[in-house]
Amino acid sequence: MRDNRTLRWMLFAYLALVFVFIFAPILFSVIFSFNSDRFPTIPLGDFTLKWYQKIWNDADVWEAARTSLIVSLSTATIATTLGFATAYTDYRYSFRLKPIYLGLILLPPTIPLIIMALAMLAWFAKLGISGQIMSIIIAHSVLTAPFAMAIIRLRLSQMDPSLEAAAWNLGASEWGAMQRVIVPFCKPAIISSFCLTAAVSFDEFAISWFVSGLNKTVPVIILEIVTGNIDPQVNAIGSFVFLVSITLVIIAQTVLMTSRKKED
Amino acid sequence: MVAMSFFIVRNYRMQEDFVMKNWVKMLGRDYFWDSYFLTWGLAGIGTIVTMIVAFPAAYTLAFKVSETTRRWAIFLLIIPFFTSYLVRIFSWYVILAESGVINAGLSYLGVGPFVMLNTKFGTIVGYMTLTLPLVVILQSFALANIDKTLVEAAFNLGCRPFKVIYRVILPMARTGLIIAAVFCFILSFGDFVSPYYLGGSKPPTLPILIVDTVKSGQQWPRAAVVAVVMMVTLFVVAFGGIMAAYRRRVG
Repeated sequence: MRDNRTLRWMLFAYLALVFVFIFAPILFSVIFSFNSDRFPTIPLGDFTLKWYQKIWNDADVWEAARTSLIVSLSTATIATTLGFATAYTDYRYSFRLKPIYLGLILLPPTIPLIIMALAMLAWFAKLGISGQIMSIIIAHSVLTAPFAMAIIRLRLSQMDPSLEAAAWNLGASEWGAMQRVIVPFCKPAIISSFCLTAAVSFDEFAISWFVSGLNKTVPVIILEIVTGNIDPQVNAIGSFVFLVSITLVIIAQTVLMTSRKKED
Repeated sequence: MVAMSFFIVRNYRMQEDFVMKNWVKMLGRDYFWDSYFLTWGLAGIGTIVTMIVAFPAAYTLAFKVSETTRRWAIFLLIIPFFTSYLVRIFSWYVILAESGVINAGLSYLGVGPFVMLNTKFGTIVGYMTLTLPLVVILQSFALANIDKTLVEAAFNLGCRPFKVIYRVILPMARTGLIIAAVFCFILSFGDFVSPYYLGGSKPPTLPILIVDTVKSGQQWPRAAVVAVVMMVTLFVVAFGGIMAAYRRRVG
């Protein structure tokens, strides 16, 4: 292969370009959040913190941040619990309707968000709980539980099934074995699924927008500002949102990776 | 979790009550079919473009880099998947705008300005923001599972690079590649942010139609008609894709 080196070089350059494409929006958003011009472009204007000051003093943003925090923490807790329960059921038991049961659990992510949002809205309106924080939490839990389930199931499949049986033989009750053996073993997966579901919930806007009513989350506020006009405030809020979700994702992945490495 | 199924069933039921009126109203209008085919076209083009753009990158990740590098690359690719899609689209809006970064950069070179917002190009860029990382990951998994000795054998037997890709790599990675394409299509088909902000929303795609119907008109059953049509389409696509992905393997 004569031009192997050039080809290799070109492929690497191409890969770099793809990464640039993927990360450009995030980078520019952060850069422009410090930029003084009303309409951000190059050459850059002066360095400024005024957009941050503006959102810092904005009561709506604080209110939304509080809602988002409540929603994503509760969602993460509920979704991780549900995910753990389903993953454990899948791991331990087999029953006749299991394929259907699993199919139902894995269904939500393949349905477009907008349709989920509409279905949720219709359903909540019927139950009369539309427009409350609760409804966002329920909707997000349904949406994110499959992620949690997948991560925890993957971890359980690495576990030796005889470990649990051994614990029982040594006199542990079923609950005891669960607490002392299974939960500690799954701990990295549980932590990372908690972070990931929190991140998804924190960034989700379609469902929140449809069902939220007066309790706006941060993405809904962003959506409203964006719909109005071009406003660099979005970059400032956006940078903050990026920071939160990237941190969560990095924690999640690092926890999973180090747990894997330890066992290797 | 099981309650999820009820959401959808309820949704179907709700419009079964009004079935005739709303279905006839929606399906009888030209603009519905316009946006149906527009959505198909955009999502289809988006999928093809994304698959082609992603392929060399996935190829590099699968064959040309070490295990550690690949892990890091995938680590990086997962991050944007969980970051705010909305803000990323807004950022593209600013970058692509008439006086935005790209056009300002091009004006130094003496070209442009190009109109990129409110075009199909803008929509495709938006779709790719959403789908490209995922497609690269899925494709590189599909490619990494290929037996590398077979690829080398093809090279050693004097096969040209493009022929190797076409005759050896593509057939072997078929299942994974089709699944990547199906995911890409589903995501693009259901996305309303990029056609709305980057594509100018005229004519509207189906998801925009849903948003408009719900947010301005309170016509939930009509929006449900659109949603059901979308879901049926997606199920057909997904089912067809999965059939195509697995059939050749067995037969």
